[in-house]
Amino acid sequence: MKRRHFLTSMAVLLFSAALKVKAKIFSGGMPWIIHSVRPPKPVVAGEWTFFTAEEVSLIETLADRIIPADELSIGGKEAGCAVFLDRQLSGDYGNAVTTYRLGPVIQDGLPQAGPQYKDTPAERYRLGLAALNGVAKARNAGKSFTELTGEEQDDLLRRVESGEIPLTGVNGQLFFNMLVQNMREGFFSDPLYGGNKDMAGWKMVGFPGARYDFRDVIDRRGEDLHIEPVSMLTRYEKS
Amino acid sequence: MSNKREKVDAVIVGLGWAGSLMANELTLAGLNVVAIERGSWRDTSNDFPTTIDTDELRFVSRRAIMQPTAVETLTFRNNPIQQALPLREFNTYQFGMNVGGAGTHWNGMTWRFLPYDFQSYSQTIERYGKNKFLEGMQVQDWGVTFDDVEPFYDKFERYAGTSGKAGNIKGEKIEGGNVFEGPRSRDYPLPPLKRTQLSMIFDKATREMGYHPFAVPAGNTSGAYTNPLGVNMAPCTYCGYCEFFGCGNWSKSSPNACILPAVMQRPNFTVITESEVLRVNKAPDGKTATGVTFIGSDGVVWEQPADIVVISAYQMDNVRLMLLSGIGQPYDHKTGEGVVGRNYAYQTISGAGFFFEDEMMNPFIGAGALSQAIDDFNGDNFDHSGHDFIGGGVALVHSTNGRPIGYSNNVPPGTPRWGADWKKAVKHSYQNYNNIYCMGNSYPHRDVFLDLDPEYKDRHGQPLLRVTFDWIENDKRSAKFMADRSVEIAHAMGAKTVVRQEPTAKPFSPMDNLSSHTTGGACMGDNPKTSAVNRYLQSWDVHNVFVCGASAFANNGGYNPTGTVGALTLWAAEAIKTQYLKSPGPLVRV
Repeated sequence: MKRRHFLTSMAVLLFSAALKVKAKIFSGGMPWIIHSVRPPKPVVAGEWTFFTAEEVSLIETLADRIIPADELSIGGKEAGCAVFLDRQLSGDYGNAVTTYRLGPVIQDGLPQAGPQYKDTPAERYRLGLAALNGVAKARNAGKSFTELTGEEQDDLLRRVESGEIPLTGVNGQLFFNMLVQNMREGFFSDPLYGGNKDMAGWKMVGFPGARYDFRDVIDRRGEDLHIEPVSMLTRYEKS
Repeated sequence: MSNKREKVDAVIVGLGWAGSLMANELTLAGLNVVAIERGSWRDTSNDFPTTIDTDELRFVSRRAIMQPTAVETLTFRNNPIQQALPLREFNTYQFGMNVGGAGTHWNGMTWRFLPYDFQSYSQTIERYGKNKFLEGMQVQDWGVTFDDVEPFYDKFERYAGTSGKAGNIKGEKIEGGNVFEGPRSRDYPLPPLKRTQLSMIFDKATREMGYHPFAVPAGNTSGAYTNPLGVNMAPCTYCGYCEFFGCGNWSKSSPNACILPAVMQRPNFTVITESEVLRVNKAPDGKTATGVTFIGSDGVVWEQPADIVVISAYQMDNVRLMLLSGIGQPYDHKTGEGVVGRNYAYQTISGAGFFFEDEMMNPFIGAGALSQAIDDFNGDNFDHSGHDFIGGGVALVHSTNGRPIGYSNNVPPGTPRWGADWKKAVKHSYQNYNNIYCMGNSYPHRDVFLDLDPEYKDRHGQPLLRVTFDWIENDKRSAKFMADRSVEIAHAMGAKTVVRQEPTAKPFSPMDNLSSHTTGGACMGDNPKTSAVNRYLQSWDVHNVFVCGASAFANNGGYNPTGTVGALTLWAAEAIKTQYLKSPGPLVRV
């Protein structure tokens, strides 16, 4: 068995600082803090924080292939999935703040233990997007991914998804899985995070969003309830 | 050691359900108690009010209130000849983190185990003979019976505000409750939750098949409630934000909602947060513990001396802390000797996914434990004479949530995972999909165990816990049986498409996210050669150490473990209060 070991202890020292909160001692009552609660700060579209200009056009194209615009809803690009992902990748998620990254990293060991990444999601996107463009150019006389027709793009993605076309520097199938999952997150998470524009994803399936009380309708079993969704953003704007 | 805190009567490691219940009982008994919790302070008002709770991305996708793998993870392998590797991504094991532990983010299914679950060894032999156990199985009794712990199940349900309907009060069977349950002293404190369309369909179909459907006992309050500690709980609003979330509505049973508001008022209780216990310290003779050593988030190491040490972290961490501290002999699967790490058990999962043609199930209306179940095939509730396995499982449908990121995977087999066809399928399935979920018994096996990993370490340089687990033959047979039953039920419910689910047909992977219910590794019993703690959860070797949690289970029932964790902790607390404090020493002599 070929094994690749990587020591990542330095990276761990860096990110573990982000998990640190000061030790506290509590006694003599509930330590309630008035007005301590607020939602995460809403994402506002504008300057890109992670993607380069070239990456932006690629990820927006991908967003519309994964979640195309059709009679059911707007597409992933218009819904803001690229903005969502941009902010996620420059934050804790992209930097793998909560992930165990100590070594050794053995990437071709027991698959049941799951992926053995040495890099972060942010680093994986950087490599994966470049590699995807690379295979597009190599197979289409120098045309980048975004220059292909929709059908050609879908065909290439299906081949990456199935593992038929490998990507350089990242595991293409795992990268594609991550891309699909992140686009779904962008389409279905609260609009607060930059995607799911006008709650389009929620309206598509009929999910009422950030509502917290269904006692008034629970007895109307089997009915189409037509509940207008609300988001945490709605609350934020009103507060 | 440079930093030493003042000695206390008892130190509690981990402030989840077990730690909080123990803190309540010991402070009521007048002891001076300190609890040390690895995570942060968490309470309803500050940390999960309804204004921020409705956030699937934050709390489910990113598991915001749970233990990140960066803090601690496990290494995993299927069998002892493989090299275990660390679980780096979120996976099926859902360790609690922060005050309240896993008791904050659980769903609330509040079961009592069957009388058979506590005595699977003796009752199986009595009914079927010794040959019923397949090669390598290490089934053993728990050293307590259902009747011993029944009063403590009752006490836990009162603290927790459990909603349900009794099926057996003092031997009298009651239709509509679970007629297979052990005899209860009285009914639940609250009636069952309201039913959903899904529950109704399942109820009707299984009743017509001759089974005995009932509402799963829920740690979601069906009405306003005041518990025996004087803590008020509000009626559940069926919002669908239970599992992975704290309850912002004071409606889910949790240490934060039910216990800590009372305990925190007592002057003899202190919580130290953001501080991780590295080991339990032993006296030079090894017969008693002197307290614990912990490290604060500022990196400073402290000693907390105490007369009693209660280990009440997550099941896996209890085992790890015992191994790191040298309390009890580690289990060796080659010789069968040693007890810590022995009798680890998972849960045997199977079932059937199903899709209706034109239903409106409104899956967003739900609660963590809003569920309709049958227990006809659990434990020894049916005659196993004609079957080549023991145990079985509960089969249930679950109206827990309709959160759309999670739902986007619920599409019929063969559907692409992206593109227009996927969208169409997601839209249709949202109202039409659910599944029959069977949680099955899991029995210990010689080659299934926990020990310290020889290679991988945590951020403090201490070895990670290593899990060696794969489905055993008994699991495979019982899961096949339960999957068959699930497929039949799904068809009887009128589903258009039924997808058999039998994960036991391939090697187990924690990345499959089947069940977080893991048990054992520091199991209770009446023989120090085969159990790590005695029937009062007291270490056989170090008598002032008590180890509370699902680590004590000698086998896993076909249920969620929390009700039994609560009952056993209260049972142990009673023994400490009424026996140990009067005469510290081993409570069981062999």
